[in-house]
Amino acid sequence: MTKIDAKIPEGNLAEKWTKYRSSVPLVNPANKRNLEVVVVGSGLAGASAAASLAELGYKVKVFCFQDSPRRAHSIAAQGGINAAKNYQNDGDSTYRLFYDTIKGGDYRAREANVHRLAEVSGNIIDQCVAQGVPFAREYGGLLSNRSFGGTQVQRTFYAAGQTGQQLLLGAYSGLQRQVGMGTVEMYTRHEMLDVVIIDGKARGIIARDLVTGKLERHFGHAVLLCTGGYGNVFYLSTNAMGSNVTAAWKAHKKGAFFANPCYTQIHPTCIPVSGDHQSKLTLMSESLRNDGRIWVPKKQNDPRKANDIPEDERDYYLERRYPAFGNLVPRDIASRAAKERCDAGYGVGTSKMAVYLDYAAAIVRYGKAEANKRNIHNPSDEEINVMGKEVVAEKYGNLFDMYKQITGEDPYEVPMRIYPAVHYTMGGLWVDYNLMTTVPGLYALGEANFSDHGANRLGASALMQGLADGYFVIPYTIGNYLASEIRTPAISTDSEAFVAAEKAVSDQLNQLMNIKGSKPVDYFHKKLGKIMWDKCGMARNEAGLKEAIQEIQALRKEFWQDVRIPGELDNLNPELEKAARVADFLELGELMCKDALNRNESCGGHFREEFQTEEGEALRDDENYAYVAAWEFKGESEFELHKEELKYENIKIAQRSYK
Amino acid sequence: MEGNLNLTLKIWRQKNANEAGKFETYQVSGISEDMSFLEMIDVLNNRLIEEGDDPVAFDHDCREGICGMCSMYINGSPHGPNKGVTTCQLHMRSFSNGETITIEPWRAGAFPVIKDLVVNRSSFDRIIAAGGFVSVNTGNAQDANNIPIPKEDADEAFAAAACIGCGACVAACKNASAMLFTSAKVSQLALLPQGQVERAKRAQAMVAQMDEEGFGACTNTGACEAECPKGISIENIARMNREYFSAVFAAK
Amino acid sequence: MSWLTKSLGSSLGKKLLMSLTGLFLISFLLVHCTLNALVFLQDGGETFNKAAEFMATNPVIRTMEIVLFLGLIVHMVDGLRLHFENKSKRPVAYAVINGKNSTWYSRSMGLLGTLLLLFLVMHLSHFWFNARIAGTIPEQMTMFEKMKEVFVSPIPVIVYVIGCGSLAYHLMHGFQSAFQTIGWNHPKYMPTIKCIGNIYAIVVSLVFAAMPIAFHLNLIK
Repeated sequence: MTKIDAKIPEGNLAEKWTKYRSSVPLVNPANKRNLEVVVVGSGLAGASAAASLAELGYKVKVFCFQDSPRRAHSIAAQGGINAAKNYQNDGDSTYRLFYDTIKGGDYRAREANVHRLAEVSGNIIDQCVAQGVPFAREYGGLLSNRSFGGTQVQRTFYAAGQTGQQLLLGAYSGLQRQVGMGTVEMYTRHEMLDVVIIDGKARGIIARDLVTGKLERHFGHAVLLCTGGYGNVFYLSTNAMGSNVTAAWKAHKKGAFFANPCYTQIHPTCIPVSGDHQSKLTLMSESLRNDGRIWVPKKQNDPRKANDIPEDERDYYLERRYPAFGNLVPRDIASRAAKERCDAGYGVGTSKMAVYLDYAAAIVRYGKAEANKRNIHNPSDEEINVMGKEVVAEKYGNLFDMYKQITGEDPYEVPMRIYPAVHYTMGGLWVDYNLMTTVPGLYALGEANFSDHGANRLGASALMQGLADGYFVIPYTIGNYLASEIRTPAISTDSEAFVAAEKAVSDQLNQLMNIKGSKPVDYFHKKLGKIMWDKCGMARNEAGLKEAIQEIQALRKEFWQDVRIPGELDNLNPELEKAARVADFLELGELMCKDALNRNESCGGHFREEFQTEEGEALRDDENYAYVAAWEFKGESEFELHKEELKYENIKIAQRSYK
Repeated sequence: MEGNLNLTLKIWRQKNANEAGKFETYQVSGISEDMSFLEMIDVLNNRLIEEGDDPVAFDHDCREGICGMCSMYINGSPHGPNKGVTTCQLHMRSFSNGETITIEPWRAGAFPVIKDLVVNRSSFDRIIAAGGFVSVNTGNAQDANNIPIPKEDADEAFAAAACIGCGACVAACKNASAMLFTSAKVSQLALLPQGQVERAKRAQAMVAQMDEEGFGACTNTGACEAECPKGISIENIARMNREYFSAVFAAK
Repeated sequence: MSWLTKSLGSSLGKKLLMSLTGLFLISFLLVHCTLNALVFLQDGGETFNKAAEFMATNPVIRTMEIVLFLGLIVHMVDGLRLHFENKSKRPVAYAVINGKNSTWYSRSMGLLGTLLLLFLVMHLSHFWFNARIAGTIPEQMTMFEKMKEVFVSPIPVIVYVIGCGSLAYHLMHGFQSAFQTIGWNHPKYMPTIKCIGNIYAIVVSLVFAAMPIAFHLNLIK
């Protein structure tokens, strides 16, 4: 086993980043002009990194598979972004944000990275405001905050339910400004299909122009992968249809270690699957759990409609099991509890794979309060109902409308049906403190890396991490590498390594096109998703994971024999794009199961049924598993485990309890 | 067979930008009314693949109404018959059994068709690159609360910033004008103190780019506002006009 | 001055020209309409003729007439240019168009304007060209008498009514659109502007249309 070095700077936790920044080698402006950086992905991490690096003077190329960099899936984030500004004077601090993030991650994240994240969190808000991001404000004109799960302070900045959109458009505007100035070359509708490695260093990529189908070679002194998470391995997730693991997986196959692939966040409040046609799942903001009550019937397979079930025949299972936190337990706990009820036969709706999120009590409560505010004495039930609905509409109107649009049911009248869905992947490419993978010159930023969220991510922390990596970390840490690259002239893309890499990609695409089997890509993707969801989803066990590995291997074989891809190589061909992505998911899925099988404990988003307390709670094993599992690709179905021990010098590890 | 909707689809098919396109007619049956419009197209496509035909190419990504990638012109309306939704949020319960649905790509000279229903909207990116930003480098920023902004202004700026850049405004406009899109960004930044420094330059640069891209002028029909899935108001166009005229006539 | 031609040549500049000339023409219509309404005084056209005489001889008015024609020409030329340019922005037309997202007349300003232009040709040849340029109206014949003469035949009456109908719809959109273009769209005032615009469009057009009808039916003494 090779030793992996996280390159964490020496010194006190709080001083590491400051000291690092003061001592990291610099690249002078004249040299920056000659250094080229390839950025793959244009989400929060990619756009912010590309804009910041171009501002510094580097020559930057950015690639995205969408038709515009503004469409990256960061845009769909709803809730908000955390920052330790302490504007509310409620006792927040860098340390508290650091502590909450480590604890929320179930003690499986790296201390130094998380502390740096907390340190720069405030700068992100400053930067975004300066760009003109219209955050929510109070009447005094200052920024507004709200609270989110897993914290006791109000540190979440937001822009209605569209925070991700506003932050991404801010980063995108910075990126487009550089594009306009000619310092960034933007390649839209381009997909990276391999990384080119020369003398052990990442030196560029092979990308496919999705419109013409032409393969292109692009050189870079460094390559940044900002390509998001791999939740779509489950087929159904809250990710965008195009979200994929391809860039990260190709890097993995070229030597970058993949860390903690089994850590998957399942979000408890999503609109349930309505049938086999379902192509993706829609998240309903976590904020709904502030006022809604979650329940199922006390009777198994109860055929009655929700409103016909009397109060004493309803089981408010979260309030029953977790009286201290009730409906506001963290995401992983709420998700597992819903699954437990449905598996036991108490689920609701036609699929029986849903639980109720009920606003009836909240409507009455708000209605009565409103009546008092308006000085209406002895209001009728009807009046209370009307006023209560008005208040709920003001707070959650857009979410209720969205629910109605999708399900055709009116959530003001009948309880919403919700079920957990795959939302975020904490695992990703292993990176050191510099955000560099195990391949020199190859970096991973944002959700694509594994670094900051441990085994479970807190709400409103993904946006923070993406922008921290892009705006405030990589501009410094990349200098550490590029300072020693100033003598490397641009390498010709006609060089042997580029030609070989392109040929390998071309061969694979040709192979896919030539299978000419009988089943569309979706058939395999759905099957893979089902295996992953059933056996490597919210709850995993040894037997299931072992089965899953075999099933995935068999499915992969079938895929390579029987997939049917219509159309041509040299034209826009969405099915070919999908096929290439699913081919990688079919390999990643196996590694996820292997990682889950290796981790004989339950922590955060990883719940092994064999490792739970008597009450059914996650049982961590800090003695044996307080490490990052970094997997090295050794060949098909062969991965070697490397361990990065996690040392907690500033935090005392404790068991999480929400009872 | 998940449902009982049987539909006739007339879909624009065009192999690539250079070849002429035409409508093809397809029958789909057993469509569930819980399907989204794009899931109905998925059903058609998977059938076409199994039958050995080329599936219909269309743009889509987030399928939750925020990325702005989906772009179908359905029965004469961008994003279909419902108000305030994108195609991906449109569900089949909005259609009735036996209906014929005509699906076309966005039509505009500035949005050339790439294939079938996929069009090239990079002109929008170039309009933003011309001036849709505040020139602030990373690290230049002062403390966020040093710039108090009246809540009303912040809310109005947000309403303009909610634009998803889908291009429905252009598709709906009889002149294929991009005024609503351009004005939304001009407005957002004109309403905020951060945008003041460059406001004159911004309005002129963005309008010039918009014209160069080949979008039409505005006839103030209000079709863009009516079809915008995010409800962006044409008040923004009036604001952009003010910004532009005062920039042109007052600037030195 | 290149900045001016450049700016007025932009899409917004062209719209500004349309808006300003349109508002100018709207103000002229008000004067024209008020003067014409004098025929309804039932005084045998006495007051009306005096006003017509004043308009025909006052040097300020005669000067404004030139400005008016210039405005009209700019409005027409700019309008036609916009119309054809705008049309070219969508080289491939839609097969199906659902017209519910806007009013038909807001989408048909070019058509309505062309109808108005055709009407205007007839109108000017009847009254303005003959009176001011060709001098074919006999000295002793007043404008009132000329109107009586023209509207005996039903054809000009029909053309005038169609012209006034086009004017009504042209103005219903044009009035508020002009304000929108120059940037005067404010949530507080826009509803009022739209309301005034509609009233103006309907009243002015009705008054104009009432004249030929009334003359034709011999209702004016």
